Amino acid sequence: MIKSTADIAKIRKAKHEDLMIRLDKDAKGTPEGGRMHLMVCAGTGCTSSKSLKIIEDLEARVQKAGLADEVKIVKTGCFGLCAQGPIVMVYPDQTMYTLVTPEDVDEIFESHVVGGVPVARLIAGADDAKAIEEKTDGTDFFGKQMRVALRNCGAIDPECIDEYLARDGYLALEKCITEMEPEDVIDLMKASQLRGRGGAGFPTGVKWGFAASQQQEEKYVCCNADEGDPGAFMDRSVLEGDPHSIIEAMAIAGYAIGASQGYIYVRAEYPIAVQRLSMAIEQAYKYGLLGSDILGKGFKFDLELRLGAGAFVCGEETALMTSVEGKRGEPRPRPPFPAVKGLFGQPTILNNVETYANVPVIILKAAEWFNSIGTEKAKGTKVFAVGGKIRNTGLVEIPMGTTLREIVYEIGGGIPKGKHFKAAQTGGPSGGCIPASEMDTPIDYDNLIALGSMMGSGGLIVMDEDTCMVDLAKFFLEFTVDESCGKCPPCRIGTKRMLEIVTRITEGKGTLEDLDKLEILAKNIKNAALCGLGQTAPNPVLSTMKYFRDEYIAHVVDKKCPAGVCKSMVRFVIFDDTCKRCGICKKNCPTGAITGDREHPFVIDQDKCIKCGVCMEKCPFKSILKNA
Amino acid sequence: MCDNCTNIIGTQEQFDALNAVIAKHKGTRGALIPVLHEAQEVYGYLPMEVQREIAEQLEIPLAEVYGVVSFYAQFSINPKGKYRVNVCMGTACYVKGSNDILDEFKQALGIDVGDCTEDGLFSLDACRCIGACGLAPVVTVNDEVFGKLEAEDVEGIVEKFKALEAEA
Repeated sequence: MIKSTADIAKIRKAKHEDLMIRLDKDAKGTPEGGRMHLMVCAGTGCTSSKSLKIIEDLEARVQKAGLADEVKIVKTGCFGLCAQGPIVMVYPDQTMYTLVTPEDVDEIFESHVVGGVPVARLIAGADDAKAIEEKTDGTDFFGKQMRVALRNCGAIDPECIDEYLARDGYLALEKCITEMEPEDVIDLMKASQLRGRGGAGFPTGVKWGFAASQQQEEKYVCCNADEGDPGAFMDRSVLEGDPHSIIEAMAIAGYAIGASQGYIYVRAEYPIAVQRLSMAIEQAYKYGLLGSDILGKGFKFDLELRLGAGAFVCGEETALMTSVEGKRGEPRPRPPFPAVKGLFGQPTILNNVETYANVPVIILKAAEWFNSIGTEKAKGTKVFAVGGKIRNTGLVEIPMGTTLREIVYEIGGGIPKGKHFKAAQTGGPSGGCIPASEMDTPIDYDNLIALGSMMGSGGLIVMDEDTCMVDLAKFFLEFTVDESCGKCPPCRIGTKRMLEIVTRITEGKGTLEDLDKLEILAKNIKNAALCGLGQTAPNPVLSTMKYFRDEYIAHVVDKKCPAGVCKSMVRFVIFDDTCKRCGICKKNCPTGAITGDREHPFVIDQDKCIKCGVCMEKCPFKSILKNA
Repeated sequence: MCDNCTNIIGTQEQFDALNAVIAKHKGTRGALIPVLHEAQEVYGYLPMEVQREIAEQLEIPLAEVYGVVSFYAQFSINPKGKYRVNVCMGTACYVKGSNDILDEFKQALGIDVGDCTEDGLFSLDACRCIGACGLAPVVTVNDEVFGKLEAEDVEGIVEKFKALEAEA
């Protein structure tokens, strides 16, 4: 059944009333919407910590008490504070509970839902004074952020199209197809200066303009949801928390360039995202927001989901399109660019999930609004997935130009266990490291490239002094060697050779000449590889060599790993001064490498030692040291 | 015609499901990958006979089908264990010690990455980032997720599934 704009407006208005209690603490609620909403995160992070069980139990309690009309349990998307999950947000009180377990359900229900008294011990940062510093202060985490792409994540039920409509959903699409010509849409996108959020930062409006100017009948709109960068999960969160925003944006793109078919290419490793997207597409068809005559305005746009199958290279645009065609996902040379000759040989635009998530807001709030956020050359916000050695692991959305220091210390809550910040890795296997000395550089596309890293899709992994930078470079090289599709020799053979050299260095067999060879190889691969994967694969090595050359030298010349990670170089030594000769280490050593008794000092036979570290762990007097 | 084509592959149920999958996608452009995904759901992996059947019915050369199967990491030509252990090797998990966890699983199960235990109970894989970085390091066993792990936790996880099997 196709709904008209009037029908949609009616649903939007009614649902908006129902959701008022989420915006206004004093709102009373409606008969349909109830008086209280408990929003429980059902993203991948929180469901992994049993949030679905919490939802189930809460629903059962509410049902049993006959409160189903008054109190609604809402499955929602990611709040961003993944380290503190599962998260339950209660409206209209705006109480945020963190680290909730199924065992807490009874107390939340009886105290808060029935009695109206929030459960203090579960409120973020509301522990005793001492613990507050250790824990997350909700205001710092959220205070510095600006949620544009994540606007609906954690605010709506992603499985309910009406809730999306209530938040002005599909209003931008309606505006485009009723009031604007396709050229106007492209001009607006150009004026907004939105740049691609997938990594390279190409201006979105310009890309759309190229495709629009092609005269072919058949064109395609694609969405790159093949988020392969390890440590990046913003696209997943948008798909799980706000799938309709992507559908709406793709339909707008279709209208702008003259395409009537779209494909979303999503990772099969994201089952929840796949399920929510399929559901959302089905709902959009039902409401006439996809299909042959959208909102009765004669615009046709169909959308299909395609699943990836575990190939990192398919995040590259030409490889992605080849994969949608059902073939091996190998990239091809450009030009011709996809805007001229893309999917099935037709003009195609491909944008990243986060890029699309920005589009409806830009259409509704105008280019000038978007322009006012960010830096000279990078407008708007960027979502980062902050992980690794940091307190508040999770998703943060910040205006472009925010510094790394603000992200790590103010939003991220600093490094746990009293350790020190060593570097942050951005851009995954294509990116590089930002050392502590550059922490005050405003983050945008160009500044990161100048530092030898790149924005990438927005993974940001924080490392402390326990991370060995040579080992990290090896980790990323192993990744690219494994994921190289094998089509072009610089990437297939070159990265393999680089890995061999770096492995040699981590085993204490490297020479100074190896460092020169690495650099030459890296530069040649960058220049000669066919696609983005190969061209950026040497970055992790180059940037760690640039900022942490001393660590490479230590491995090569002193045969030492300063962080104590590279196993072949680690030496465990027993200090006789503090050793009480208890013999616990000897008993626990799996290879019998330790000798000694009451009369004779305990020593480790370095040839027999497999560097497992058990002796150090078990020593009650801390007399065994690593690398001493 | 090959001899296998008239034979039933797997159980009758599986074979019917395979035919239904192929019929559903036949005719759409780029049908091969969705068909392989669903066929793997049916059989647990993609044995050569299944690939051959798909090739015949979709009228795609078998070499091309095999090329696609071997290209993508998610497609397997070997059977997997009843309990599929996946250790996440994303960056966030890696810097938090997933390598030690993987080593621990290798020891506990006595198999290498990509292998399956002889009793067919466990298979071990190192997988790409599953996006649960807030819980790093993360391991999944079938659909169950274990987060914030230490190497000592590994034995308990293996025991848990062994006990489950002993009950059944």
